[in-house]
Amino acid sequence: MNFDLRLPIGLIFSLFGAILTGYGLMTRGSAIYNPSLGINVNLRWGAVVLLFGAWMLWMALRARKPRPPGTA
Amino acid sequence: MNPSFIKLGSIDYVILIIYFLFVLGIGWALKRQMKGSADFFSSARSIPGWVTGLAFLSANLGAQEVVGMAASGAKYGIMQSHFYWIGAIPAMVFLGLFMMPFYYGSKARSVPEYLRMRFDEKTRGFNALSFAFMTVLSSGISLYAMAKLLEILLGWNFDLSMAISAVIVLIYIVLGGLTSAIYNEVLQFFMIIFGFAPLVWIALRDIGGWGVLKQKLVAVAVDQHFAPGTWTESWRHVGSPADNPMGVEWFGLAMGLGFVLSFGYWCTDFLVIQRAMAANSMGAARRTPLIAAFPKMLFPFLVILPGMIAVALLRDHHGGFALPLEGGSPNWNLVIPVMLGHYLPSGLLGLGFTALMAAFMSGMAGNVTAFNTVWTYDIYQSYIAPGKSDRHYLAMGRAATIVGVLVSVLAAYYFRRNTNIMDLLQLVFAFVNAPLFATFLLGMFWRRSTGHGAFWGLVLGTLLAVIHHGLTIPEHAAVGQAGGWLGATIHTYPSPMAQNFWTAIVAWTGCMIITIVISLCTAQNKTDQELTGLVYSLTPKPKEEIEPWYQKPVILGAVVLAATVALNFIFA
Repeated sequence: MNFDLRLPIGLIFSLFGAILTGYGLMTRGSAIYNPSLGINVNLRWGAVVLLFGAWMLWMALRARKPRPPGTA
Repeated sequence: MNPSFIKLGSIDYVILIIYFLFVLGIGWALKRQMKGSADFFSSARSIPGWVTGLAFLSANLGAQEVVGMAASGAKYGIMQSHFYWIGAIPAMVFLGLFMMPFYYGSKARSVPEYLRMRFDEKTRGFNALSFAFMTVLSSGISLYAMAKLLEILLGWNFDLSMAISAVIVLIYIVLGGLTSAIYNEVLQFFMIIFGFAPLVWIALRDIGGWGVLKQKLVAVAVDQHFAPGTWTESWRHVGSPADNPMGVEWFGLAMGLGFVLSFGYWCTDFLVIQRAMAANSMGAARRTPLIAAFPKMLFPFLVILPGMIAVALLRDHHGGFALPLEGGSPNWNLVIPVMLGHYLPSGLLGLGFTALMAAFMSGMAGNVTAFNTVWTYDIYQSYIAPGKSDRHYLAMGRAATIVGVLVSVLAAYYFRRNTNIMDLLQLVFAFVNAPLFATFLLGMFWRRSTGHGAFWGLVLGTLLAVIHHGLTIPEHAAVGQAGGWLGATIHTYPSPMAQNFWTAIVAWTGCMIITIVISLCTAQNKTDQELTGLVYSLTPKPKEEIEPWYQKPVILGAVVLAATVALNFIFA
């Protein structure tokens, strides 16, 4: 059996999300956000990426648990 | 040339390196599963439908898509989305509903192998050889385009960026075969979404939203002497080729792009079909192109819209936005990467750039996996060394991967010196699939069509396309590569795109007629029993699989089509 692809997807996007949010937090109010219209896009978009990663991880882990008999 | 049009920070490199490590890690983790040739070439038909569906979409999302679509968005406006809405979705639905039962049900391991089962050896040979040739060179084009882009924008060394990406692709395919390519394509799909969506969000916000963009594009259209709405209305200006920048009219567009080219590519190209064939059930195989169609119809907003925004920004010199020049005019192929650098700070810039590299690499990987399969099964096993052990063919698949990557690298260097040869090849690749769709249509739905008919239809259909190209020419073009090289010019097209659409129409019609005529004159070489499962009228209706309504191919197909029609109306 191949492994569940949701696991690496979940891992990499959680990691990217964490890096971006962390970096966004460290650079609040920095001039690097002038080109992006003053929006701290690292923080905002990083949170979206992190949520997606966590959701994928959750689905992958949920599927790993043995299911009680009788459920599909 | 500015050596660093864009500057990546250390955090951007961290993201890039993490991505590379993951890509290699996926190959490594799959290595243990590669026990036989079926694992390596067709993932042993074990992949769930959502994965094959996203890979189906991603395999096509290579260099020309991401870079070229934005460029065309700038040059042609929203009309470019015809390449999605009529140039892809209907064909994808047709493939899922009507053709996949034969591809998947026949248990053929490749598209050429289906042709052998349905027709004969020579038809398979012709298709296998031309396909193998095309995939290796396409992969070379992808590689060249990427290295060139990195050189212009980041000042990276051409040889080094090519070597690194070729080696990464090589390693993960040799280790994990098709499964590895598919898994990485899905990863890349999400990278593209997460890498480009913030760009579109910020850029659209900067220009003042869709309403303001529409107004600004009026000026762009008027500058070029077109009606004001030409850049934002996809259907209102196709009455005559003179009314739109593509220089095409509705019939050529609908027949050439919407029917021949689109069905020819999506329904017969093994590069994408291979993904669907790896699905774990008939239902999943049929859902593969349908699942792909949902994101596909929204992709214009991710890849074409940036080009439309860029042309408006450039006209107003808005916020100092500029593109590198090429021959005195803006190099539209750099729209997306330059916008990434213009709007995104370090961090997201790394994500966007990694997405771009991922797209190039998986475009290449898609070609390499299709090549190694067709080479090993349809050429090596059939003509060079039949009857060897399965291990032997698995080893050959790995060797073919290495050779395929090496040839791509050589081709990329060759294209660097001869860009006009590359342009010519892309032109040829654009219509080479056109006659093939006639062959498949007759093969799957007309049991009387014969091997001789199919073979000669294909050969002569392709030849007709070449002759048509040699006898016609686009307006204002010099005789030569653009056409007219046969001496006489029987027709002048308003644009190269119109010429391309009509070349496809000629090739398809020619193949259709020739195949029918020759089939009627020759005897059927296959018995009805041999054709069961390969031809519509001889195949029992697939029994309804027990699946929830939202997984039924017919329902998915209907929803996709309805949504596409709606999009066409909204942006008519």
